[in-house]
Amino acid sequence: MQASEMMARVDAIVEEHGNQQSSIISILQGIQKEYRYLPEEALNYLAEKMDISASKIYGIATFYENFSLEPKGKHIIKICDGTACHIRKSQPILDALRKELNLPEGRITTDDLLITVEMVSCLGACSLAPVVNVDGVVYAKMTPNKTQELVRKIKEGTFGEDD
Amino acid sequence: MRMTSSKDLYEAYEKFKVDFEREGKKIIVCAGTGCVAGGALDIYEEFQRLLEKDGLKDQVELIKETEEISLKKSGCPGLCEAGPLVRVEPGDILYTKVKVEDCKDIIQETFVEDRAVDRLFLRIDDEVYPYQHSIPFYINQSRLVLEDCGEVDPESIQDYIARGGYLALAKALEEMTPQEVCDEIVKAKLRGRGGGGFPAGVKWSQVLSYESDMKYIICNGDEGDPGAFMDMCIMEGLPHSIIEGMIIAAYATKAKEGYIYVRAEYPMAVKRLARAIQQARQYGLLGPNILGTDLSFDIHINQGAGAFVCGEGSALIASIEGERGMPRVKAKRTVEEGLWKKPTVLNNVETFANVRNIILKGANWFKSYGTEDSPGTKAFSVTGNVNNTGIIEVAMGTTLREIIYDTCGGIMDGKKFKAVQIGGPSGGCLTEEHLDMPLDFDSLTEVGAMIGSGGMVVMDQDTCIVEVARFFMNFTQNESCGKCVPCREGTKRMLEIMEKIVAGKATMEDLEVLEELAYTVTETSLCGLGKTAANPVLSTLKYFRDEYIQHIVDKKCHAKVCEALKTIRIIPDLCKGCSKCARICPADAIIGKVREVYRIDEEKCIKCGACIESCAFAAIEEV
Repeated sequence: MQASEMMARVDAIVEEHGNQQSSIISILQGIQKEYRYLPEEALNYLAEKMDISASKIYGIATFYENFSLEPKGKHIIKICDGTACHIRKSQPILDALRKELNLPEGRITTDDLLITVEMVSCLGACSLAPVVNVDGVVYAKMTPNKTQELVRKIKEGTFGEDD
Repeated sequence: MRMTSSKDLYEAYEKFKVDFEREGKKIIVCAGTGCVAGGALDIYEEFQRLLEKDGLKDQVELIKETEEISLKKSGCPGLCEAGPLVRVEPGDILYTKVKVEDCKDIIQETFVEDRAVDRLFLRIDDEVYPYQHSIPFYINQSRLVLEDCGEVDPESIQDYIARGGYLALAKALEEMTPQEVCDEIVKAKLRGRGGGGFPAGVKWSQVLSYESDMKYIICNGDEGDPGAFMDMCIMEGLPHSIIEGMIIAAYATKAKEGYIYVRAEYPMAVKRLARAIQQARQYGLLGPNILGTDLSFDIHINQGAGAFVCGEGSALIASIEGERGMPRVKAKRTVEEGLWKKPTVLNNVETFANVRNIILKGANWFKSYGTEDSPGTKAFSVTGNVNNTGIIEVAMGTTLREIIYDTCGGIMDGKKFKAVQIGGPSGGCLTEEHLDMPLDFDSLTEVGAMIGSGGMVVMDQDTCIVEVARFFMNFTQNESCGKCVPCREGTKRMLEIMEKIVAGKATMEDLEVLEELAYTVTETSLCGLGKTAANPVLSTLKYFRDEYIQHIVDKKCHAKVCEALKTIRIIPDLCKGCSKCARICPADAIIGKVREVYRIDEEKCIKCGACIESCAFAAIEEV
């Protein structure tokens, strides 16, 4: 990433939300939307630009679950583990997916940065439990097999073509 | 079109009402999160395509008929289980589990042949329900807040105004002083629907009483309880009702700015609210000099970033200010020193959505619903092992039995009811003995549960209550912000013990420590999250102590849910001694000789179940 390009992008995001501390979460969300994570250089530049200490920004970025300091995959799979989904067996979906993607304990993103797998607490589609959200689209009444099928489509590059 | 007086609004109301009622033939596609996940948007597009001339070009007769049909999206009518839902008017005909392929038949048969598509009716047991309002799911409900959810297009301010939207605001501005508005809300005894149950009118009166150059209205839409989604339903289905409630609150308390804090997991709610705010500004209902009066008020949306604790008032305020969303020690109440230390009204989505009816129809009308000390209605999201999951709104004081058996159609697969977890990770469980207890804020607190935000998870006999308690403990421990020690450390130790229990490794001393910790965390935590974190454990211990003991002493999970407590055994009478299981076992736990009965060494068994699948004689079972 070119430093000047990154600075221009951060400038635009700050401009959009306003250069004040109350906008910081929106700004971080904007940066994350741009890069799929929060790059260290961007945060350092932001701290300088907004005259807020880098440690404070780091504190905010690490507090909220949605922010990531590590690069995330191109496709993000969120497995809902809200109460309704948990009761209707969401855990086996996660297990199957981790196995399918060869993700060891503690890792959520594949080495090729293609897919990130996250467990989230509730997507609000409890009647269709268990649900999985892939890149913002909710898939209802999922099973380990159906989820593995989705992953295969992503790997083959045919995901989204007929969905 | 900017409206500059109440007169403009009444005129718009008359006009839009005529338009709305003239719609006549219409197809209403539910566009709530549940139905969208089931493909509702594709269905909407298919109808759109079909209703355009091209879609049916070889059927001249049909084109003539379809010219008068209007197509619209609506908010969630609640019956998510049967989605995607499509309703056809006139006639109140409800089609369930609709697919794209059904669209053509719906148009052809309903509008041209004047008969309905039988196969898409809702069926429960052997009964067929062609009309939405004949479905038992709706019969026991009192839909006051959600009345128009499923009727109006959430993206249309015209629809909202046509149904009397913003008339409550006009009434407040024209006929009432700010104090009178506060008094009416106090008189209605409207209590906070977010779970606290604090009287909203008292908050408003207090904020009004403080002199300040700036005051704020905050709407808490950070509905984080897993299994609760009624606020999402209101934000997506009736965004203007929240905005109207907030503007009335601003008038009543002389506030100038408002914030709606929405969970990041609800992108559609954010989109619909943003659109509604923009429309309200265009119509002169937000911004300077609302409806030509001195009232100036505007609303911003703040998106959460995935922290459950931000549903707690002071943490939410910290988050809006751009800090880590941690609760604060409050020397003064939010009404006096809230957002940026200014007087602040902080209410939940459903609370604001109740305001318009109270102002329009009066406190006495509101009190005709519900119980003496908890008037009005409450929206619940009912999920888990019931037949009709979804969003319901019932009068306060309705019993669990009415909700589960009458409205929601009873337990799935005819199983036995075991318990209801109410109020999410802060709540408790209710059992058979509570089925006939009227539910309201106070009755629930008395039995160690709480209404919370209104999430209700119904569990049948096959649910392991101890594992459910562990699940909630895991949730709160994850979401503990770490600021105060009792919650940060206490929930962690409690979770460890819960994990030991479900793994069959706990002792009775552990149970004692668990209980002691539960009381300590409850009494000494800083904020609501910690103070209520132990509720699921305490209430399940109260009603299902024997199940804890079965896990600890007998090392048994009767619901057969806890992996570690399962035992796999070979049924001697059925075993033919083929040795297949012994060869397949990855842990070498199956011992025996060919042509003799094999047995499983429980010490070595990892309970993977590979042997069960491999046995050709069904001689291996899980107990």
